Amino acid sequence: MALVEIRDVHKTFGKVEVLKGVSLDVEEGEIVTIIGRSGSGKSTLLRCINALESVDTGEIRVEGQKVHAKMADLKKFRQRVGIVFQAFNLFPHLKVERNITLAPLLTGRIEKARARALAEDVLTRVGLADKIDAWPEQLSGGQQQRVAIARCLAMAPHLMLFDEVTSALDPELVGEVLKVMEAMAKQGMTMILVTHEMGFARNVANRIVFMHQGRVWEQGPPAKLFANPETPELASFIASSK
Amino acid sequence: MNFLPLWRYQNQLIDGAIVTLELTVIAALAGLVIGIAGAVALNGRIAPLRWLVRGYIELFRNTPSLIQIFIIFFVLPNFGLKLPAFESAAVALSLYFGAYSVEIIRAGLDSVPKNQIEAGQCLGLSGWQVFRHILLPPALRNAYPAVTSQFVLLLLGTSLASQVAADELFHVAGFIESRTYRSFEVYAVICAVYFAMAMSFKALFAVIGLAAFRWPRRR
Repeated sequence: MALVEIRDVHKTFGKVEVLKGVSLDVEEGEIVTIIGRSGSGKSTLLRCINALESVDTGEIRVEGQKVHAKMADLKKFRQRVGIVFQAFNLFPHLKVERNITLAPLLTGRIEKARARALAEDVLTRVGLADKIDAWPEQLSGGQQQRVAIARCLAMAPHLMLFDEVTSALDPELVGEVLKVMEAMAKQGMTMILVTHEMGFARNVANRIVFMHQGRVWEQGPPAKLFANPETPELASFIASSK
Repeated sequence: MNFLPLWRYQNQLIDGAIVTLELTVIAALAGLVIGIAGAVALNGRIAPLRWLVRGYIELFRNTPSLIQIFIIFFVLPNFGLKLPAFESAAVALSLYFGAYSVEIIRAGLDSVPKNQIEAGQCLGLSGWQVFRHILLPPALRNAYPAVTSQFVLLLLGTSLASQVAADELFHVAGFIESRTYRSFEVYAVICAVYFAMAMSFKALFAVIGLAAFRWPRRR
């Protein structure tokens, strides 16, 4: 059984059908990168996986459990699925430590006495142990995004979703975030990314999924997909993103 | 001009000022609770509750607060609810302050970006936890300046309670005036007392604001 099973998912916003029958499996430990033009439905698909959007028809299962916005244990489910956003979404009124420990404490995952140690641990993993007492506003965009990743890691998720996490960053800050993600990939985290970082897609991902017009248009290992795209749409997308 | 005849009424003046402070603080705290609850209801999914809160706000913001106090003091006893002067004024002023607070706090809640709520939900927090820990602190910071200036208006507005003979500062002033016939002196003194109280609260709120909202503003 795949960790994530997506079966013939359709999703419509108003009159626009954004997802037109998407099916996709992601195995445990796999790094899957979704690429495609804007409007191809890739972010929507990602948001459906942790029930931020609900699907119209079809189904999504994570660890065998059917995912939808009204599932009984939605909160428990979301504790297992981390998501990192383009805009970081750190809580501006909480210091870095509290940003990280808020959810583990409130959900009863850890005890108060262990909170700071947990924050130190996950911050070390993203290389920001010295920022534990900083306010989010005092950090650069790249650092904020790494804290956002650490905040997810503190929940010990089984799956991590990344929604264009480097798109809002200045070019010189992209590298530090990608490095953290690469390290997570090496440690065996299952990751699904929507990204425009072709270098990362090429070098770190196990599989590339090219979405086009609401469908999985083409998928395969990066080496094959980038060297020999089968469809003219993917060929032109690769050419345009160089 | 002669302030000396007022001297022997200093205890009454102090007591009046204390009652004014009590009225203000009670109405402010109760009104704040109404404000938060009302703002949540206004942003909530239950339509009849939204209409109810909307009706309450419009009623209390578009009628004279003096008449609101009168209705609670003079009219409610006809329906079996008899409240003493102070309590009537406290209830009326709470509802008055609450009506303004709802709108102020709702604006504060609306000013927090929606992606903050989403981020909280994605960490597996409950609706209440997201509200309490993620939404409310920044919302209160954004609402704080408006709430504090409304508070000063409330403090000054408590003088209306004199009209149902609650023993607050303005009512005491009327009493002293009737005894001394020193109108100018009496009202100059209580004006100074109101002014001093209002300015003190402003200073206090500035300090509280600095202590409570320490995180840096978004650049």
